[in-house]
This record gives sequence, C-alpha cells and structure tokens, in this order.
Amino acid sequence: MHTSKESQWLYTISSKRKLIDFNFKEIWQYRDLMFLFVRRNVIAMYKQTILGPLWYLIQPLFTALTFTIIFNKVANIETGMVPPFLFNLAGISVWSYFKNCLTGTSNTFSANAGMFSKVYFPRIIIPLSVVITNLFKFGIQLLIFTGFYIYYYSQGASIHINKLIFIFPILVVIMGLFGLGIGMLISSMVTKYKDLKFLVGFGVQLLMYLSAVMYPLSLMREKLPRFAWLVEYNPMAYVIEMARYMLLGDGTLSWGGFTYTLIVTLVILFSGIVVFNATEKRFIDTI
Amino acid sequence: MNTTILKIDNISKQYRLGLIGTGTLSDDLKRWWFRVLRKPDPFLKVGATNDRSKKGDSDYVWALKNINIDVKQGEVLGIIGKNGAGKSTLLKILSRITMPTTGMVKSKGRIASLLEVGTGFHPELTGKENIYLNGAILGMTKAEIRKKEIDIIEFSGCQNYIDTPVKRYSSGMRVRLAFAVAAFLEPDILVIDEVLAVGDAEFQKKAIGKMQDISKGEGRTVLFVSHNMASVKSLCTRAIVLEHGEMVFDGNTDEAVSFYLKGGADLIHHRQFGNSINKNVFQLHQISVKNINRSIDDVIVEDEAIEIKTVLSFKACNPEDYHITYHLFNEMGEAMFSFSNTEAPLKQGTNDLGCCFPKGFLQSGQYFLSFLFVKDRRKAIHIEKDIISFVVADGKRDIGVYMGKEPGYIRPQFNWYRLHD
Repeated sequence: MHTSKESQWLYTISSKRKLIDFNFKEIWQYRDLMFLFVRRNVIAMYKQTILGPLWYLIQPLFTALTFTIIFNKVANIETGMVPPFLFNLAGISVWSYFKNCLTGTSNTFSANAGMFSKVYFPRIIIPLSVVITNLFKFGIQLLIFTGFYIYYYSQGASIHINKLIFIFPILVVIMGLFGLGIGMLISSMVTKYKDLKFLVGFGVQLLMYLSAVMYPLSLMREKLPRFAWLVEYNPMAYVIEMARYMLLGDGTLSWGGFTYTLIVTLVILFSGIVVFNATEKRFIDTI
Repeated sequence: MNTTILKIDNISKQYRLGLIGTGTLSDDLKRWWFRVLRKPDPFLKVGATNDRSKKGDSDYVWALKNINIDVKQGEVLGIIGKNGAGKSTLLKILSRITMPTTGMVKSKGRIASLLEVGTGFHPELTGKENIYLNGAILGMTKAEIRKKEIDIIEFSGCQNYIDTPVKRYSSGMRVRLAFAVAAFLEPDILVIDEVLAVGDAEFQKKAIGKMQDISKGEGRTVLFVSHNMASVKSLCTRAIVLEHGEMVFDGNTDEAVSFYLKGGADLIHHRQFGNSINKNVFQLHQISVKNINRSIDDVIVEDEAIEIKTVLSFKACNPEDYHITYHLFNEMGEAMFSFSNTEAPLKQGTNDLGCCFPKGFLQSGQYFLSFLFVKDRRKAIHIEKDIISFVVADGKRDIGVYMGKEPGYIRPQFNWYRLHD
C-alpha cells in the first residue's frame, strides 16, 4: 500500500490513442500466458485424432509427393542437381510455416471475440502464440526433411548444406514476422468484413504459385521473362529461394533480395502492429 | 485504509446506434457504388429518417455519462441499476476491455476482472491444465498458480477428476473449478459481475463466504455488480445506483438499495381513491401497504410484518351481508391466496381496517392485489383488478447464509414447540 497521497498511479485507462502503444513490460509479464496458449494449441490440435502429431508430417509429405509427380514428372520442371522430391519438400515446409502464421493470426479477433469481451490481456499475445505454435510444427517438419536429406545424401545425390546455413534461423524469424504482419493487418479488416476470411484462404493459395515453391526462380526468369517481376516483387519467393540455397546448396542467393525482404517485412510488421493496436481498442464496440 | 486506490474521473462512453458498416465487404462496395450512381442507399432501413440535421442527436447514445467515483482501499463497492443502466459498460471500461469516450480511470493497483467464470477454458485440456490457462488469462503468473494449485483444487472439490479433460465435466463442476481459480486471484482490485448467480445453493454459500474473506479479511478492494439485493446488502460497504448511464446515488448500501427499488418500478402501494369508486352501498377511500412500524415512504422489506390498510365507508344499513376480499397475485400473475375481513366485519359509516402478514411470510418479489366487494358471501358486486401493486425487498441476511430465493410462494413462520419438556 502506498502511503503518500501523491504516489504514482500504476496505470490509467483513457481514450487517448498513441500510434504505437506497445508496452513491452506488460507483454513480458504475460509471457506465461503466451506459452500456455502455445501448449493449448498444440494439445488441442492432436487430441482425439487418430494419428496425432503425425498429421504434421503427412501433410507436407503428400503435398511434396503430388508436386513431384505433377510438376516434375508430368510437367518436366527442372530442379537442377537436387532430387525433385527433396526440392519440393524444402519449399513446402518453409512455405507452410509462413502460410500457417498468416492464416492463424488473421482470425485473431473473430476467433477470440468471446474471450476478448470478458478479460483483458495484451491482445498481441494471441498472434504471437500462433507464430510460436507454428514454429513447433515447423521444427517437426524440418526433422522429417533431415531424414530424407540423409537418405538422399547416402544415395549419392549432389546436395550439400551451404555454409550460410547459420542465417537460416534469421530467415525463419523474418518469415514468421512477415506472416504475423500480414495476418495482423488482415485480422483487423476481418472484424469488419467477415467475407475476407474466404479471400484469405484463396489468396494464400494463389500466392504460393507466385512464391517459387515448386520451381526455381531462375526458371521463371528464363521461361516467362515478361511475368517474372510478379515473382521478383514477392518477398516470399526470395525467402524460399534462400532457404533452398542454404539447405540444398542449389539456386541463387541475392543479398539485394534479402535486404528487400527484410525491409518489406519490417514495413508490413510495423503497419500490422499499428493497425492491430487501433483495432484492439475499438473492435469490441463494433464487432 | 483511507487512500484512494481507484479514481474514476468523469468517465463517459458513447455508442453509435445501428450498424456502422453493413458487415460484408460486398455490401459495403454495393453501397458505395450506389452512392457513386447517386441512387438511394439500398441498405437504409425503410422508415428510418435520413434527415441530416437530426443525425447528430439521434445516432449516438451515451451509455455512461460523467461518472465520478473515488474508491478507497479495502472498500466493497456495489453497483446497482436496471438493465441497460450502464453497469456492464462501466465494468468493461474498468477491466480495460473497452475504452471510455472521454474521461480517465486511474488505478494504484492491479485490477483483475471476473465478468465470467472460466474464460478461456478449453474442453480438451485437463482440469489442472485449465487451472493454469485460466489463471494466466486472469493475470497470474505460472509461479503464482503453482503456489496455490493445491488450494484451488481443494476449494473446487474436483480432486478426483483433476486429470480428466474438462469436456467430461458436468457443467456444475466446470463452474466450481472456474470459480476456484478466480477465488485465489490476488489482485489489488477485484471487479465482479454477477458471477455468484452460478452454481447450487451450497456452492453459492461457499462463494459468498470466500468473497467476504477477500474483502473483509484480506482488505482487498472489490467492485461488485449484482441484481441480488440480498448479497449486495450483506457484502458491500458502499453502493452506487446507475440510471440511464448516470450516477443517481452514491452512499450507504441500505439507502442505495431502497433508492434503487423505489425509483425502479411503476408501483402504487398507496392509493387515495377520491370519488372514483363510489357505489350505492360503499365508497372506497384508500388502500395502502407498508411495513407495520415504518412510514409509507419506506421500502417494504420481507423480514418485518406487512400491513394492508383499507379505508371505506359503508352506506347501506345491512353491513352484515357484505364483506371485502382481496386476491393476492405474484409477479408471474399466479394467484397465491385470497383473504377476507371475517374477523373485523364491516360497520355502518367509515371503516378503517388493517390486515397484517407476519414477518417473513411474503418472500421478496412483486405482488398485486385485486379488490372484491362481496354480497351474501357468494356474489362479488364490485371487482377492481390489480388495484394495488407493491414490492417486497430482501432483508439483510447473515454472511455465509443462502442468498437466493427459497422455494415455494410463501414462507410462513409456524409455531414450533417441544412436545416433551
């Protein structure tokens, strides 16, 4: 208990709006909640399913297999020295991390409206916990990738881990933040327009085809030079290209592309936080 | 103990009426396109006025207006008011769920709010896992919860099922577990909204007792919204009454409850009839209902005897052939019983009759009386339906006892005695 009458107020609630109202101290205080949400997400995902966490593996494996058959065997897309299956698996694992971050955070407000209207905690905890949950999924997928990697390596495939692999975690963080940023931007709009939800599902799928997931960036430049800019302006294309370069030693690494991705990510993340902040204060009144 | 811990400084909250957008992007685009074409808005409600000059004062509503409250350390403040008076809006602002339009709340302590028990419970998680999740949502850290885990489980009475997923729980058990978590919160200021309305009588008793410990023993500040006047009276040290978003009373709990009950209903428990019921044989002058030792302006409470006073003049010469009968109806419109003036028969001239219900006989609630003037004990020659209506309020009850309503319509206090003494 404070003894002096003029003691500091612990906090104030008012209508004053700051553009960025980011209380890091408070978010830190709620870190336990964030990890409990991660735990809840993980447990809830596989409870009462037959295969449990195996679903994390089946999805990328079968997608990679399908891509290999359609794009590599039927459509004859060249993947250089890298086995097509491994090429696709790398692209899909990385892509799905980004995709899950985006779609998972984009419904933050609509999915948690019930909780948000009853109790206060920093709302950003929810999208952050989604990004961390997906990191856990991504980890499992990387393990299975490593398994296939060792298999193909022992079969004498010409693959090698690039020495730039140490940047890979940074790449993952960038990707997560990029997904988070877009997700937060969309989540704010979904509170107003419910039909954006469908657009997200559909748009993300289209974006995949522009993100060099099942083809190398060089192929696009060579075959469709007129439309290559579509892919070149997409930061995710660089991320996937770089990830493959680090993991498989194939493809290109452009520092220009890396810088571009980093800048776009920071801009998107910043605007995402600003919009998210504005939304978290008024959405309970308008939802 | 006299420092202000929470200062509510001129808080107002404005809501906009109606839909802000149409709710879907396609409809909003359509509306925009119609505006470009200078056609009328296809989503405007038919019959709604679209007068620009009127918009300013009709589109917005003040859910709260200029609320000023200083809450002192250790105070238990009751907030009462009718539906739509702004109680929940005030709690939502205090819990930082929504922002005030103007004004400021300043707090010296951590505020935890219980607007619902079991927020964020996940059916797939076990009881124990949910304790941690729910506790963290309410603002506790993992370490704090771990310290109280055993107490929480014991208080909930769910020891046997603590490792079972919550989806297998009965709804009562879920509520117990959720309340147990909330009961062990240790904020400086606790904001509670009607959560005590859940659970069975035994659990309510436990919950109110715990609330009492929190506020009395541990010196915590509590803000408490409830419709249950019995629990407000027993728990709160001070109460405010909200009406249409404005604070109309601030002070002593008993006075606040009376103020609220009086201002509330359009009830007439006291009527002078003048010349309106003037028949050949009788003229009715006055009917009033009040507690026997109180003034007519006081709120009628259940734990004191209630007197019904009837004043009429009998104009014919055969008063023994007539009597009056009342029918008593409850707020559901169910007839409860009828009673007549058999012990005090009518006389010629002015009759000033009293009838007394013993204390505790009528439970708290709203009642209606119908008046019948009966001839020869078989024919009602005059009937006035719902001639009087009155409200019986909860009395003050001891802490820890049941706060809800007893079953049944009446609660007569019969004569009990020992047969072999």
